[in-house]
Amino acid sequence: MSSPVVHAHHAPEGFIRRYVFSLDHKVIGIQYYFLGLFSVFIGMFLSLLMRYHMVNPTVSVAWMAKLWPTAAAGGVMTPELYLSLMTMHGTIMVFFVLTTVPQSGFGNYMLPIQIGAEDMAFPVLNMMSFWTTFLALVVMIAAFFVEGGAPLSGWTAYPPLSAAGRVTGPGEGMGQNLWILSIAIFCGASLMGAINFISTTVDLRCKGMTLMRMPLTCWTWLVTAILGLLGFAVLLAAGVLLLLDRLAGSSFFLPAGMMISDRILADHKGGSPLLWQHLFWFFGHPEVYIAILPGMGVTSQLLSTFSRKPIFGYKAMVYAILSIGFLGFLVWGHHMFMSGMNPYSAMAFATLTMCIGVPSAIKTFNWLGTLWGGKIHFTTAMLFALGFVSLFVTGGVSGIFLGQPALDLYFHDTYFVVGHFHMIMGVAAIFGMFAGTFYWFPKMYGRMMNETLGKIHFYLTFIGVYCIFTPMHYLGIAGNPRRYSAFTDVEYLGGLIPVHQFMTYAAYFTAAVQLIFVVNLFWSLMKGPKAPVNPWNATTLEWTVPSPPPFDNFAGVHPVVNHGPYEYSVPGAASDFIMQTDPPSAVPSEH
Amino acid sequence: MLLAPVVWALTVGVAYFFFAKTWWFPPPINQHGVAYDAQFMRTLVVVGVIFILAQFALGYVIVRFRNDGRGRAQYTHGNNRLETLWTSATALLFLSLVVMGTKIWAGVHFDEAPPDAIPIEVLAKQFSWSFRYAGPDGKFGHIDLKLVNDSAGNPFGLDDKDPASKDDIVSASLKVPVGKPILLRMNSRDVIHNFFVRELRMKQDIVPGMEIPIHFQADQIGIYEVPCSELCGLGHFQMRTTMQVMSVADFAAWQQQMLAQK
Repeated sequence: MSSPVVHAHHAPEGFIRRYVFSLDHKVIGIQYYFLGLFSVFIGMFLSLLMRYHMVNPTVSVAWMAKLWPTAAAGGVMTPELYLSLMTMHGTIMVFFVLTTVPQSGFGNYMLPIQIGAEDMAFPVLNMMSFWTTFLALVVMIAAFFVEGGAPLSGWTAYPPLSAAGRVTGPGEGMGQNLWILSIAIFCGASLMGAINFISTTVDLRCKGMTLMRMPLTCWTWLVTAILGLLGFAVLLAAGVLLLLDRLAGSSFFLPAGMMISDRILADHKGGSPLLWQHLFWFFGHPEVYIAILPGMGVTSQLLSTFSRKPIFGYKAMVYAILSIGFLGFLVWGHHMFMSGMNPYSAMAFATLTMCIGVPSAIKTFNWLGTLWGGKIHFTTAMLFALGFVSLFVTGGVSGIFLGQPALDLYFHDTYFVVGHFHMIMGVAAIFGMFAGTFYWFPKMYGRMMNETLGKIHFYLTFIGVYCIFTPMHYLGIAGNPRRYSAFTDVEYLGGLIPVHQFMTYAAYFTAAVQLIFVVNLFWSLMKGPKAPVNPWNATTLEWTVPSPPPFDNFAGVHPVVNHGPYEYSVPGAASDFIMQTDPPSAVPSEH
Repeated sequence: MLLAPVVWALTVGVAYFFFAKTWWFPPPINQHGVAYDAQFMRTLVVVGVIFILAQFALGYVIVRFRNDGRGRAQYTHGNNRLETLWTSATALLFLSLVVMGTKIWAGVHFDEAPPDAIPIEVLAKQFSWSFRYAGPDGKFGHIDLKLVNDSAGNPFGLDDKDPASKDDIVSASLKVPVGKPILLRMNSRDVIHNFFVRELRMKQDIVPGMEIPIHFQADQIGIYEVPCSELCGLGHFQMRTTMQVMSVADFAAWQQQMLAQK
């Protein structure tokens, strides 16, 4: 339980200290959010270029030649440029969007308020972690502008492709160095953030805020931080080793007897390409949960709020989050069934992988249980939370195919995998972010977002993402390998091009409707109607403070928590929600 | 509320193409492939039922429990019995699928290749394939990286001075006799590649520094495509060869012809 830690700091004066190098967790949360928003549009733009190229591999586009005078000379994208865009799309989306917004954005802003703290435990560390992330993004984008362009080894950067240097392809020179450097910087930033989140949750909870009274969002931020602490530490080490292989002539990942385009690599021996895969996926699988857990937390919070019901099975939800966190570290080998690792270990990884499906199934069941018997209010935020459940199911069930080594014999590295992880780690997580945006916007900016625009945006996006990503499963079944820049050379892929065309149109459509969101966001920021303290009649602590909250969140008052986080529709109570800070007498004595 | 019919329609749409099999596996060409397809269909039934039930349930609660402005929602914190039941049912279902698939995985990876399997060396490099057969003497000749000369048709670096090398056959596409066990010993010279034949329902990464064996038997004469299935650089999408399954007589004739050309 928290002791009254005194770390209060006064509201700073001056623009720089207030909005740029701010120590306020709320400002930092917003900075992270906008860094993610900037990144997601870059990532989306790259994906549109890729989708265009895949179905028009020989068509010349004048402005593309202007953007990339060498890599798209004559306006036609080269295969290496395609792979660079793919690498950067994946990297930017995974690290600078999916890792950044749900955890560092919303988590930074809401965690301290939801547990009744004035700020994060280490405000300076918090500021440093944002600016370090910013630096990582700058270094990452710089990779586009160096000789050879951005790397082409994918976001997974498997050596030897990523380790042997410029000989393996354009982009594998300075571009790949910057990529690794950026990831290493990002790891540092994430470690700082993780320490801060864990300390804050452990130490700064207000009086009465026991662990089992924390909103599920706080549980997911806590477990995500633990995953980040353990995962990014390993990725950082792996990145340093990869950089040493490239720059210092070491051989962690490079074996003897290699020959690349007629040149024997005599200087390397004793390394193992599989070592990288083990290290990378030891981080990489927990990373999937880093992206999706906060979305699960937001969804739980919203389903309860807008169906006016307590969350179904709060304890089971907490245990599910904890076991996802724990098991998340034991399943990395399912990315490596085809890698040449010992095939017996595949059985262990497969069994553990099926086990991690269980807590995910529990969560789905409990979400339906929460809605059952409720009085559902269809706000835009709620629609996105419901959409999250649908996408989570669709993206989750395809994992039951991929988790079996036997079936992975065919599906590994096909579009089936691409469909699976885009659905669950990409789109479901992004729906979690949209849900969080519509839900917390009034608190963060003191204004309401436009519900009509919100709903139009929701429905069009929901249909759009299904049209982009579910056909990928059919392509996988037909044996379409991923990471192909064109489908011109393998004969059987020719028959699948119409499916790709459909997905490309769906991608254009879905990207276009995101403009509705942008308009809504910026219009509401400036002109949205003023938000009350508690527009959703919700129960958690952020809805007890003004919108937006004052600098120290609770204006010098130390909140005291008397109730669990989801006390909706308590029989006999005066209203259909009991705030966490309401006096104990708010609950009629017979309950 | 509109969300319910949208969810249902999308569910039906997604499921339709699994029933219609519009874009599907090519027919398998061996017993392993038949077993693979059976395991896929078992999983598809389980997954299909879960997917359709969950999405329809979601739509149902959306319609049934929409706010009608009358009274309050049910006050309940959950149901431990349901929770336990649900958890054990899912665990049992998921784990049995893995167990049922084990035999297929074991057939590929735990079982040794039969002693009479025909050994073929596979060499993958950016961005082409080479296959080497031991020839009539049954021995693979000595190879040396320093002797590699792709333009002279010596991708393996065959050592001419070794008598065992004399009758080695090197081909840019894979030829195998029908109905005979085949053992591929796979090596990469540069980066990671992947050997994938859809009709065999089988794929395997080829990793530099490791010799990875896989074995199979193809029971259907025909030509099947082999697309590289692990990102290997800018020519990844063009790194394609074929596997031709020939009658035993044709395979012998092909070997003779290759030897005559040497």
